[in-house]
Amino acid sequence: MVSITIDGIKASVPDGSTILQAARSVGVAIPTLCYHPDQSIKANCRICVCEVEGNRLLQAACSQPVAEGMVIKTRSPKVLEARKTILELILANHPQDCLNCIRNGNCELQDLAMEYCIRENPFEFKVRGYKKDFSTPSLFRDQDKCIMCRRCIEACSVIQSVHALGVENRGHHAMVVPTLGMDLIDSPCIMCGQCIHACPVGAIGEVEYIEDFLKAVADPDKIVVTQIAPSVRVAIAEEIGMSTGEMPMETFVTGLRQIGFDYVLHTNFTADLTIVEEGNELLKRLSTGGTLPMFTSCSPGWVNFCETFYPDLLDNLSTCKSPQQMFGALAKTYWAEKMGVDPSKVYSVSIMPCVAKKFEAQRPEMNASGYQDVDVVLTTREIGRLFRMSGLDFTKLPPSNFDSWMGAYSGAAVIFGASGGVMEAALRTVYEVATGKTLEDVNFTATRGITGIKDAEVDLDGTKVKVAIANGLANARKLMNQVRAGESPYHFIEIMACPGGCIGGGGQPITKANAKRVERIEAIYVEDENLPVRKSHDNPEVKALYDEFLHEPLGHKSHELLHTHYHDNQKKYL
Amino acid sequence: MAEEMRIVLRNYGKIDPLKIDDYIAQGGYKSLEKARSMDKKALMDEVKKSNLRGRGGAGFNCGMKWSFAASAQADQKYVVCNADEGEPGTYKDRLIMEGDPHTLIEGMAVCAYAIGATKGYIYLRGEYLFLVETLETAIAQAKEKGFLKDFDLEVRSGAGAYVCGEETALIESIEGKRGEPRFKPPYPPNEGLWSKPTIVNNVETYANIPVILEKGADWYAGIGVASYPGTKVLTLTGDVVNRTFFEVPTDTTIRDVVFTFGGGVRDGKRFKAVQIGGTSGAFIPESLLDTRVAFDDMNAIGATLGSGATFVMDETRDIVDVVTRIMKFFEHESCGKCTPCREGTARMHELMEKINEGQGSDKDTALLNKLGNVMTYSCLCGLGQASPAPALTTIKHFAADYQAKMK
Repeated sequence: MVSITIDGIKASVPDGSTILQAARSVGVAIPTLCYHPDQSIKANCRICVCEVEGNRLLQAACSQPVAEGMVIKTRSPKVLEARKTILELILANHPQDCLNCIRNGNCELQDLAMEYCIRENPFEFKVRGYKKDFSTPSLFRDQDKCIMCRRCIEACSVIQSVHALGVENRGHHAMVVPTLGMDLIDSPCIMCGQCIHACPVGAIGEVEYIEDFLKAVADPDKIVVTQIAPSVRVAIAEEIGMSTGEMPMETFVTGLRQIGFDYVLHTNFTADLTIVEEGNELLKRLSTGGTLPMFTSCSPGWVNFCETFYPDLLDNLSTCKSPQQMFGALAKTYWAEKMGVDPSKVYSVSIMPCVAKKFEAQRPEMNASGYQDVDVVLTTREIGRLFRMSGLDFTKLPPSNFDSWMGAYSGAAVIFGASGGVMEAALRTVYEVATGKTLEDVNFTATRGITGIKDAEVDLDGTKVKVAIANGLANARKLMNQVRAGESPYHFIEIMACPGGCIGGGGQPITKANAKRVERIEAIYVEDENLPVRKSHDNPEVKALYDEFLHEPLGHKSHELLHTHYHDNQKKYL
Repeated sequence: MAEEMRIVLRNYGKIDPLKIDDYIAQGGYKSLEKARSMDKKALMDEVKKSNLRGRGGAGFNCGMKWSFAASAQADQKYVVCNADEGEPGTYKDRLIMEGDPHTLIEGMAVCAYAIGATKGYIYLRGEYLFLVETLETAIAQAKEKGFLKDFDLEVRSGAGAYVCGEETALIESIEGKRGEPRFKPPYPPNEGLWSKPTIVNNVETYANIPVILEKGADWYAGIGVASYPGTKVLTLTGDVVNRTFFEVPTDTTIRDVVFTFGGGVRDGKRFKAVQIGGTSGAFIPESLLDTRVAFDDMNAIGATLGSGATFVMDETRDIVDVVTRIMKFFEHESCGKCTPCREGTARMHELMEKINEGQGSDKDTALLNKLGNVMTYSCLCGLGQASPAPALTTIKHFAADYQAKMK
C-alpha cells in the first residue's frame, strides 16, 4: 500500500494503482474519454490530466501510477484550464448536431461539454467534412464525429481479432479507417458492432430501420409480426430507465403491441427448434463420421468471421439457420398457413441484440419462404427508442401473453442469450435423445459465465462428448486455430461473436463495461430457473410443429426451410 | 577566447571511416577492452561519475539510465542508438556516423556489456540511407576483428517521420508499427523494445563513452559546466558568417557561439534572435546571449539545449513569419495520437497564420499563449510539449513583432 493525498484527502491505496483508480477509490471523479475499463490504457485523449506536486507537467491519471507520498490535485486551475481547452479543441471540429445524433443523451463527450460548461468556443469551428460510411446494412461510421480515442480499434483488433479498423494519416488528418481506407463493407468487418459499444460518441452506430417499421405499421395491408430474441428482455429494461432484467416479459409484450405489432411471437420458439435440429445434426455427425467438431451457427457475426477468416472450416459449421432465420422462414409458411393469412402480407420484424442480424436478414439465400424471410431487424436500442417515442409507462401497462403457434418456449431457449447457453440447451436435449433417459439435473454450470473459453465433457451413456465454448472472436480464433491444425479435442463448439454472448451483442443498450454483461447473464439464468419447461424438445409448440408440418428433425421440410449453406468470403488482401 | 574541444569529433576528418585500422591506430576499441575487464557495476559507476547526460535533448544521466536496465530482470535486453536525426538544422549525428562510425559502435558495445544486452539497433533517419553502407561496413569490420563478441548490431531505418526521434515512437517503429509515442512510465530501461529492458541513447552520447573510459570520469566531469559536463556539438545555420559546426565545452556562452565561432551576423547586419535546439527551440533575444550552452542554464531562461542546432536570425527577419512556418512544420509532423497535439498544432498554425496575415488581434495572441501552455504540460510526448516554445518565447521576447502585425 502507498500513502497519497488527493485533493487534500489522505488515502492509502494498493501499490501499482493509477491515479485514476486511486481517485475513484476515495470518491474523486476524474473525467475520461479514451479510458475503457475492459481495454488497455491509451492515455491519448489527455482529458484526465492531473497535477502532481513537484512535477512541472500534468500527468494522465489513467496511466500514471501513484507513488509513496504523492500529492495530487485533480481540479486545480491549471488542470481545469487544460481540460477545458482540450474539450474546446475537440468540439471545435466536432459536428454540433447533438439533437439529431444517434448518441444524443448517451454520449461521453456531450456529458463532458455539459460538466465543463463549454459555452463559447474560442477556436474557429471547422467540421472536416468526411464522407459518412453507410456501406453495410448493419452499422455506419461518421468519421467527423470521431475523437480518435481508438477504443473501437481495440475492440475490433484485440477483443475480436478482426483488425478491420486502423489509423491512417498523421496529425489532425489522422483518422480511424477500415482496412486500407476502404468502405466498411469491403473490409474484413464482420459487423458484430462491438465498436459501437466502445465508441464514446456517435462516430459509429447501428443502421436504423425505425422508419421502415413505422411505415409497415401504418400500412393496413400489412400484418406486422415480431419475434424477440432471447437476450432482449433482460436488457430492454435499461433502455427505459429500469434495472437490468426488471422488465416482466408480459409487460414487454404489451409494450410491443402498443407500438403497433399485430402479433407478438418469440425467437425463443425457434431457439428450441434450433436445439432439436442442431442436436440431431450433432448426433448424426457423431454416428456417421461427419465433420467434427461441429460449430454452432446462431451468431451471425461469428458466421461472417468464419466465412472471412476460416473458409476452410465451413464444413464444421452447423447447417442450421440461426433462430431468427428459422423463425423468418416459418412465419411466412407454417404460421401464415396456420393463421390462414396471405404470406405476402406478413411483415416480419425481428427484435435482436445484434447488428449483424440486419446483415443476415438481407442475405440473398434467406428467402426459403419465397419472400425475404425477415423483413426488418430492429435492435434492442431501436425498440427502446420506439418505446420512448410512444411515451409508454411500463409501471402501469397491463400484462399480456404471446400469440400462439410460435410464442411458446423453454428455459433452454432463454439461455441462448448468454455465452454457453446454446451449448447447455443442446446438452439438455442431446442427452435425452441419445440416452433415452430423463435428465434429472438440467444445469450444466461449467458452460456458464463470461470467461472467454470454457470447456466440459459430457457422458452420454458411455460416449464421452467434449465440448468447448468461446465468446469474443479473439477467443474463438484460438479454438479455430486448434481445429485448423487438426489438434482440437472437441466434438462440439459454441461460438458467440460478442463478449458474454448475445446479452453483450452490438445492438444491446450501450454497454460501458463487462460488469454490465455479467449482470445481464445473471438475469438470464434467473429467467431459466423460473420456467416450467427447461428442455427444448419438451416445448409443446415445437412438438406440434414436428407433428403437423416438419414431421422429423433433419427431414425434407427442415432441410428446405431451416438449414442453409455458407460462402467463402476470404478477402483477397488478407 | 573560447576554444573548440573535440571529443566526439576527435577523429572527424583525421581517419578513413571505412578503415577500422585507422580507428584502432587512434586507440579505438581499447576502451571496450577496458570496459570488459571491469566489474559491470564499477563500469556504470564510472559513467555515472562522469556525469555524462544524454545528448538527445532530455539530458538524463547516462550511467544512471544504464543501471536501471542493468538491474531489470529479463531474458533479453536491447541497446538502441537514436540516429533519427530529424531536427531541422541539425547534422551532428551525421558527422559522427560518417566520419567516425566506430566510436558509436564502441560506445554501444560498452553499453551492451554493462547492461547485459546481446542485441542492438542503430535506428537511422529515413533520409540518411546513404549512411547505411558506412555503418554496416563498420559493424562488419568490428565483428570480423572480434570486438563485438556476442553483441549483434543491426541498422534499421524509419520512413522519415520526425516523431520517430522520440524514443518510444522509435521503438514502435523498430517493432514495425506506426511511429507513435507510448506513455511513460514504464520507461524503456524497464520496458522498451518488445517490452524488454532497452537503453536508447543518442549518437553523440554513445560517442562520448570511449573517451570517458580512456581518460577517466574525473577528467570528463571537469570539462565545461559541472551539472552538464563535456562538450556539445553545435550546428550553425541562418544569418551567421560561419555556417558550420563546432564542438565546444558546455561553459561556452551563446554569445561566443554566435559571435566568436560563428563569426557574427552576415552582411554586417544586426543580430535579432537565435533559436537553439531545433525547430521546437526557444527564440533567444540579445539580452540572454550570455547563457551557457548547458542543459540547466538553458532551462533557466526558458529555453532548451536540445540537439544543439543553432539558427541565427538577423534584424531583417520577420519573426512572426518564421514562427508561422515552424507551426506548419509541427502541424505536419504531429503523429495525431494525443488530443492536445493533434488538434493543438493545427490550431497554433491557424492562429499564427491569422496573425501573420495581419488579421490577428491581441485576443489571438492570448489564445495562442493559453493553448501553447496547455500543450506544454498536457501533451503525451516531447514533440507536443515542446512544439509551442517558438510561439511562446517570441510572444514573450518579441512582442513588438506581433504588435506590428495586428489589424
